[in-house]
Amino acid sequence: EKEEVRLDFPPSHRRRLYLVLSLPSTFPDFSSVRKSSKLYSENPKFPMSIFEYNGSAVVAMVGKNCFAIASDRRLGVQLQTIATDFQRISKIHDRVFIGLSGLATDVQTLYQRLVFRHKLYQLREERDMKPETFASLVSAILYEKRFGPYLCQPVIAGLGDDNKPFICTMDSIGAKELAKDFVVSGTASESLYGACEAMYKPDMEAEELFETISQALLSSVDRDCLSGWGGHVYIVTPTEIKERILKGRMD
Amino acid sequence: MECVFGLVGNGFAIVAADTSAVHSILLHKNNEDKIMVLDSHKLVAASGEPGDRVQFTEYVQKNVSLYKFRNGIPLTTAAAANFTRGELATALRKNPYSVNILMAGYDNESGASLYYIDYIATLHKVDKGAFGYGSYFSLSTMDRHYRSDMSVEEAIELVDKCILEIRSRLVIAPPNFVIKIVDKDGARDYAWRQSVKDVTTAVV
Repeated sequence: EKEEVRLDFPPSHRRRLYLVLSLPSTFPDFSSVRKSSKLYSENPKFPMSIFEYNGSAVVAMVGKNCFAIASDRRLGVQLQTIATDFQRISKIHDRVFIGLSGLATDVQTLYQRLVFRHKLYQLREERDMKPETFASLVSAILYEKRFGPYLCQPVIAGLGDDNKPFICTMDSIGAKELAKDFVVSGTASESLYGACEAMYKPDMEAEELFETISQALLSSVDRDCLSGWGGHVYIVTPTEIKERILKGRMD
Repeated sequence: MECVFGLVGNGFAIVAADTSAVHSILLHKNNEDKIMVLDSHKLVAASGEPGDRVQFTEYVQKNVSLYKFRNGIPLTTAAAANFTRGELATALRKNPYSVNILMAGYDNESGASLYYIDYIATLHKVDKGAFGYGSYFSLSTMDRHYRSDMSVEEAIELVDKCILEIRSRLVIAPPNFVIKIVDKDGARDYAWRQSVKDVTTAVV
């Protein structure tokens, strides 16, 4: 049985390409998801994308010698909300964070694999991974599964050796997109692009960066039914990591 | 459709499941126990394809016992839940199990806990969870009446409210439910809520 999946390729000049692929039958059987989906029965011409099964929104922004990474907190199964405290952002080490959007099971599997690989690296090299190196690692791990991918889009944010912030995002098969200002992913990504573009300015200090990223996140997820239920924001400077929970519209 | 739901109270966790074994339009039996006692202080309420449900939960149960025999101490609820998720995740891209699981357990260090494990291996620790069409009714009822640290009596009242809601509003509502509880004294049957008793066959 064929399954159609939309793969989002990284934007160039903010325009996006959609590719509909028919994947081989060894792909996991998500057809039961489609059959039980309310969307499918009402409008069979628009199959539900598997990236929209759980709902997510992740954004990272660069500031002056600091960075911020934020995500929403909803875990849903299509239209139903299961939990409002789901962790999408994980710390790899004190200066590198990864936020994973997309299918929650792959978020958890990929996180476990990446932590394992980083711990091995720490044992061998006796130091932490640089953010650029970590991004290459994630890209390689995702491309390994080119023809049966992990259905997640990671957002990686870190501080380099000279305290220069680094952010990047990639699609589900590891195509890296580096940015100087902000990166977004998830079901609310289109709204996030707009909000970040409008609110961002370069070289913000930590407190101002926190305000900006929080407002951008909350206003974007308010326009997306599949993400929301608050926000989780990490502000990372060379000296401290501040974690804050946002309370927004709880719906 | 199979209804499974559960919640965490003050030092205990309760799970309830319907007890109908259905094959297309035929009801094979209405006293099928879908909540397995994993070990002395853990319960697994499973819903999904019948073969997968029984096979997978038995597989998890035997592996949990094996750990206890090998290492002399039982697994914690979190560890058992993560093991279950790992097995589901590994099988997901080969031959997936269609089983949704609510794992309830009691540990001396961390108290009572409830884990929601999807059939595609999404794991999350929750205070209240539900699967199936019944979840549309039971989750909303629990959202309205649940408080953290409920007593056993209050929790059973809430479970009964959910069962009543499912019975009155779900078109093919299951007639019977089983309720099991796990607390510091162990995992055990609490009650059955039966509106239709199985007809005993005549002895020939």
